[in-house]
Order: sequence, then C-alpha cells, then structure tokens
Amino acid sequence: MIMNQAIPRLLRSLRILSIAIPLLVAVSPAPTLAADVSPNPPPHVAAASDLQFALPEIVTAFIRSGGVPLKLSFGSSGNFARQILQGAPFELFLAADERFVAQVIAAQRADGIGTHYATGRLALFLPQGSPIRADRELADLAAAVNDGRLKRLALANPEHAPYGRAAREVLEKRELWLALQDKLALGDNAAQAAQFAASGAAQAGLIPLSLALAPEMAKRGAFVTLPQDWHAPLRQTLVLVKGAGGTARAFAEFLRGPQAREILARNGFGLPAP
Amino acid sequence: MDWSALGLSLRLAMMTMLLLLPLAVLLARPLAWASFPGKGLIDALVTLPLLLPPTVLGFYLLGVFAPQGALGQGWLALTGRSLVFSFDGLLAASLLVNIPFAVQPVQRAFEAIPREAREAAWCCGLSPWQTLWRVELPLAWPGLASAMVLTFVHTLGEFGVVLMVGGNLDGATRTLSIAIYDRVQAFDDSGAARMSLLLVLIAFAAVGSLHFFTRKVGRRERA
Repeated sequence: MIMNQAIPRLLRSLRILSIAIPLLVAVSPAPTLAADVSPNPPPHVAAASDLQFALPEIVTAFIRSGGVPLKLSFGSSGNFARQILQGAPFELFLAADERFVAQVIAAQRADGIGTHYATGRLALFLPQGSPIRADRELADLAAAVNDGRLKRLALANPEHAPYGRAAREVLEKRELWLALQDKLALGDNAAQAAQFAASGAAQAGLIPLSLALAPEMAKRGAFVTLPQDWHAPLRQTLVLVKGAGGTARAFAEFLRGPQAREILARNGFGLPAP
Repeated sequence: MDWSALGLSLRLAMMTMLLLLPLAVLLARPLAWASFPGKGLIDALVTLPLLLPPTVLGFYLLGVFAPQGALGQGWLALTGRSLVFSFDGLLAASLLVNIPFAVQPVQRAFEAIPREAREAAWCCGLSPWQTLWRVELPLAWPGLASAMVLTFVHTLGEFGVVLMVGGNLDGATRTLSIAIYDRVQAFDDSGAARMSLLLVLIAFAAVGSLHFFTRKVGRRERA
C-alpha cells in the first residue's frame, strides 16, 4: 500500500529534479565565461605527471612572490607533445625528458630552446602487504617474477611516457623485460602507474621518486630509489610554446630560481648547476 | 569538488541539448513518416555514433578539427579561434556524438502519432507549421523530453571523445568526468568521490524521469 503511493511520489520528485537541474544551469551565470573575456586569462601549463605534487607547491611559491595563477594539466610528455603539435593552447611545456621537447622545437611550435632544469629519478614502489621485499638491486623482484609472487608490475607506458621508457631500460638491464611481458600494468602516464601501485592492484611499481616521496604515496607503501646509471637520464626540460605570454615566461624563469630549486630538491629531483 | 569542471560540464550539456533538439525534430520527422531512397543509410548514419568506440570518433574529429583540417581551418578563418582543444570543438564533438540520443526518442515519438491525427489537422486547414506546433509536438513531447534528458546526461558522462579532442585544460575542456580521472591520478580520492556521487545522482534522476516519460507514451498508446 505504502509502496503504491511511494513510487509515483518518487517519480514525481524526480521529474521536478529533471526539470529543475537544467533550469538552474540555464539561469546560473557561467563563471568560466567571465574568465574567457578577461584581458589576460591564466596561461595553461602542460606538465609531466612526475610534477603532480612539486608543481602546485612551486606555483604557490610563485604567487606568494608576486606571480599570478597558472592552470596546470598533468599527463604524459608524449601526449602533451602531440597535443601541442595539434594546436593545443599550452604556453609552457614541462616535459620529463628532452626528446619530446625536441619534437615541439622541430615542428616549429616552440619559442626559443629547451632548458634542462631538473633531473628525475626512478623508484621501486611496493604497496603495503606486497609479497615483494624492497631492495636496490631488484633481486627480490627478479625472484618474484619467477616464483609467481609478482602478478602485476605497474609502470608508465614506455611509448609516450619518459618514466615508462626509463623503467623499460632498467628492466632490460636486469634482463627481466621479456619475462615480465604478460605482467605489465601500463599507466597512461607516470602518475597513473603510481596510482596502480599504491592501490595494491599491482604488487610493485616503477614510478618517479618525486611521486614515491609524496605523503599520499608514503602512507600507502615503501620504496627504494634505483641507481641513476641504470637508465638514460630523465632530464626534465621546459620549453615555451609559440604565443606564450608574460606570465608563462615569468614562471619559466621562476622554475630555475632558488625557491623552485629548493622545492624540486625536496621532491626528489636532481638539480643541474645553476 | 572542481566547480569550474562542474560549470563547464553543465554548460556543455545544456548547449548540446538545446542545439540538438530542433535538429532532432527536423531529422526525426522524415525518418518517422516519409519513405525516400537512402532513408536506410541516413537511419544507419544517425545510429552510428552510438556504436562506434569514442576513440574512433575522437581520432577522426582530431583530424578534421585540427588547424589544417577541413573544419578546423574554416572555423579558424571564421572566428579566429581554434576548434581543437577548445570549448567550441568540445561542443561540436558533443553534438555529433549525441545525435542518436537526440534523434531516436523523437523519431519513436513521431512514429507513435497516428496518421489520422495529422490528416485531421490538414482537413481542418492547419498549415504544416501549425500542425507541427499544435498537433505533432504536443503528442510527441514525452519523446522530446526523453531526448533532452538522454542528451544532457550522456554529455555529462562522455569521456573518451572529450579526452581526445579536448585534452585536459582547466576551465576550457576539463569536464567533470575528466576531472574525476584527473583527481584519481592526483591521489585526491575524496574529490573524485564527491564528483562521482554527483554524477550518480544526476544519472539516477535521469533514469527516473525517463521512466516517467515512457510511461506517458505507453499510457497514450493503450488508450
């Protein structure tokens, strides 16, 4: 009896909702519209996903020292390079290696040359409860591949993510790459690979040290930093994109300054001589 | 909650819905009543976006929308703005992807209008325009409403095409469903959870209202 009345009543309220929601949208002012017409909209920055935690901190420091906000997008360097070639309106490109910056320069979409401002490191991350022990030599990882303890190893896609390429070089060097072929969980970018590993969906992950050091990751597992000479250096390179405005230029300058360097170092990046 | 993503998603869904509705009526009427050569082909084309993987659509649209692409070039010349990685491009892609969701319910609704009703209208001396406004649309409204709800909610949920054609630009092309993907990768689970819950609630409201509209049509057909 009650049900008989409840269902039409529910439907009636849903009907009101379905009309009310679009109406609300129609009358509510679109905040983004205002931003579109302002004379100097915040520039878009395309950033490699190893900067997921360091870059917002750098932007905060930039604003505190008189800069204006920027809009950050995180992803794989390869995807961003492609999007910039296709006309994406980024003003600054922070790639995780030099190769993709070279692509942008070769396509004449860059304004000036690329600048190496930091160097990335690779870490082996093991989520809580992982059956694999952390060691710098990857000895237990190699054993786990053979005895079946390792079901999935997370890394970024080597095709378009520099950390994925570095991870692949490490695994090839340890002669594990072929044995791991059917056990790889490829993230679209390094942050997604870290997400796979942190969630425990993979028993181990080869991820940027800058992400492994973040509190969000640290509470979810343990890590070891891998030897730097096991892979080609991950030279974090920035380049201004054609049409870049003053804010993007100022921020590119700021990234090479002492405040940004301190934040980068704290987040596990190596630094070139100033 | 990423408010700018929510605002962007709602604006995109609203505009897609309002722009597609007249087009849906225009397309659905001949598809429902007329028979002409090539009708089967048009029927198939209208349904196609529903069946194609979003990545396939995204791949082709990226080519067409690019500054040197057929549409992208024209749009750039016309408006001075880029079609790829912009709200304009997102809206264009969204219109295309949603054609089946807009046309099919309207087409079904027109098909359900008995021919006698329209003939009676003509005999009363109503012009085709008056017939549309005073006979057909009042009879077909549950279909129109379904089309609007489906288009609106599907636009909110679209992911693959948006990611490929729009990228992930804060305030320009980062819709709610992209923002959820973004938040998960930033380890911001609570942000992702709030936005996901909102989309669940909207989808739930949509299912409820669709149920209501279909019952409306069903009741009339029985009468």
